[in-house]
Amino acid sequence: MFKLVLLALVLQSVELSPGQEIEAVRLMQEIRCVVCEGQSIADSDAALAQDMRLFVRTQFSLGAEADSIRIALAQRYGDEVLMRPRMSAHTLPLYLLPFVFLGVGALLIRTASRKT
Amino acid sequence: MIAELGRFLLALALALSVLQMMGGWRASGATATLAGKVSANAAYAALVSVVIAFALLIVLFLQSDFSVAYVAGHSHVDKPLFYKIAAAWGGHEGSMLLWCSLLVGVGAALAKFALNHDVSLKFRAVSIQGGLQILFLAFAAFTSNPFDRLVDIPVQGADLNPILQDPALAIHPPTLYIGYVGLSAAFSLAVAGLIEGRGGAAIAAALRPWALFAWSALTGGIALGAWWAYYELGWGGWWFWDPVENASFMPWLIAAALIHSAIATEKSGNFAGWTCFLAIMAFSLSTLGAFLVRSGVLTSVHAFALDPERGLWILAIMTIIAGGGLALFALRSGKLGSGSGFSLSSREAFIGANNLLLVTVAGTVLFGTLYPLISGALGDTGISVGAAYFNFTAAPFLAALLILLPLAPFLPWRKQGFNRRLAMRSAVWILAGVLAGIWALILGATPIAVGAAAFAGWTLAGIAADVWHHRVIVGMASRFSLAGRVLAHAGVAAIALGAVADSTGRPETVRALAVGETLEANGFMLTLDAVQRADGPNYLADEARIGVTGRSLTELRPQRRFYTAGETTTREVAIRSGVGGDLYVSLGEPRTRDDGVIAYEVRASFNPMVWLLGLGAMLIALGGLTAFVGNVAAARRRQ
Repeated sequence: MFKLVLLALVLQSVELSPGQEIEAVRLMQEIRCVVCEGQSIADSDAALAQDMRLFVRTQFSLGAEADSIRIALAQRYGDEVLMRPRMSAHTLPLYLLPFVFLGVGALLIRTASRKT
Repeated sequence: MIAELGRFLLALALALSVLQMMGGWRASGATATLAGKVSANAAYAALVSVVIAFALLIVLFLQSDFSVAYVAGHSHVDKPLFYKIAAAWGGHEGSMLLWCSLLVGVGAALAKFALNHDVSLKFRAVSIQGGLQILFLAFAAFTSNPFDRLVDIPVQGADLNPILQDPALAIHPPTLYIGYVGLSAAFSLAVAGLIEGRGGAAIAAALRPWALFAWSALTGGIALGAWWAYYELGWGGWWFWDPVENASFMPWLIAAALIHSAIATEKSGNFAGWTCFLAIMAFSLSTLGAFLVRSGVLTSVHAFALDPERGLWILAIMTIIAGGGLALFALRSGKLGSGSGFSLSSREAFIGANNLLLVTVAGTVLFGTLYPLISGALGDTGISVGAAYFNFTAAPFLAALLILLPLAPFLPWRKQGFNRRLAMRSAVWILAGVLAGIWALILGATPIAVGAAAFAGWTLAGIAADVWHHRVIVGMASRFSLAGRVLAHAGVAAIALGAVADSTGRPETVRALAVGETLEANGFMLTLDAVQRADGPNYLADEARIGVTGRSLTELRPQRRFYTAGETTTREVAIRSGVGGDLYVSLGEPRTRDDGVIAYEVRASFNPMVWLLGLGAMLIALGGLTAFVGNVAAARRRQ
């Protein structure tokens, strides 16, 4: 019985409030469609993307936070679904490097300004 | 016969490029005027032969000569005439021939127009350009010859990917390539200057008009691509941070930094080494762009060609160009001379900040695009870097650019420039910023977008003040350069505002509609009145007639096309543009409901003020061209 209810919940398309819908679409744009190379699930027609969209909507309708949905998706489909990678030892360079560029560049300008 | 002639002309252009390189090298050393003549005439002859070769390729497409592999792979007997012609540069081999034609064209233009008062530097540059021509012509002739014949001749041809059969996309590659390849002139001049041991100011003055022209074309090419993505891919997006888009955005950013730093170098000798470095990097990144797009190393929405072997070739060429250029830079940059120093609130300092931010964004985009490859090579798969990352990291730097931009034109060269007058003047701009912020708030923007709008408002007010303050100006050349600066800067602000407005768009509405049913999107009522057949020359199509009631009454006709030759389906969206924004409707698959009624998937969304983006891009390109004209005029007068 419980399984049937769950199935019905999954199959029916979920109606969200306008605010939740905007939040859901914003999240969908950050989730990569695993089978379609480089597109987000918001932009893809693939069946899997439809499933993933439904999953996101269902989670939002159940009151889940965007971050917890992100983690749930990453656990299910792997970290590569996150188009903005989570901060970790492996992705730290991605977030540090812009600041390295900025710092080195600022030093270069300072040096150039002091020449006489 | 035509194909064999084309193949011969390609080889001839290669041989003439060798002559151009050797003649140019001799002519720049001594007073060998004969060598100079030989070099220049070889450059012109190479241009003639490569242009005829390209024309012959188009003739092959018009004849649908499917014994030629490239034609068979990219054309079809049923294809409309215009796309038969455009298909000549729609695939890898043809686009490579286009690249070579433009590269040879730049060589001939350098021989004809560049530096007629400094023949030694001129012919050194013509010689370097000849070297570039050899690299790419050899690549085209040996690995990607569009004139190769097939053994088994197909009857019909495989057709070009239907989403590429589009007017904007037909002119997108040539425009983009003019930009990419135009940057080769800046590269050759910078390398020639380093070899000749010239001072930074002379090199900057020599390469600036070429960089301006190339950058304008690059802007136009990128904008055409974004416009195409907007109406052809059917998702309503215009910038996806796709690797292919990033590949064109990086040289654009570097070229934008280059045209600014070259001004400072020309004026006061500051940033001399940096300007040469940017000139080398700009063309290297253009080549990297070709490598990324054509090798299929990075799979993306539009990696149309998958051929790693060619990628290795381009990688080798790139190593020669970037590695050679940078090694030379490391050895010779001491001769460029250093500037006289400047205050941290001078024009130079702000140009430095502009460069710092633009190059940081370019570096971040480059690193982010390649990071999945790097971490994959280290055995760590499962990282993807997409739009969300680039928006998150690039946005703060671009916002900082908007804040600094309007102040720079009011600052003096070298000297300290912040004073009470500038403070009073810019205080008024804050008001414009607040107004723009309120506008974004009313549109329902996120806090970040409200901030971006406020910065753009501040920028626009500052640009208006720039025009007003400098309205009394002497000389045609200065007027052109002011107009160019103002137009391009206003374009940047317009794009920022357009991006803010676009971010406030509501999610699309998707419904399955049977004939007679209605859906509501952003205050518009869309009724599916009928669905009819609307077949074209080489496709079958369903066309929906959707009546729109809302602020005004119109009919939209989106199509769903099936191209028989390639067995692919595309959506042709219907767009109703207005001042407020675009109503954007696409038609999807039909489905039969339980009661036997056929319902069509209809997607509708409203994209606020997308026209701001197009306007911004046009202003930037126009501004670049205006500055180019002013620059050329000034150079003429100096001679």
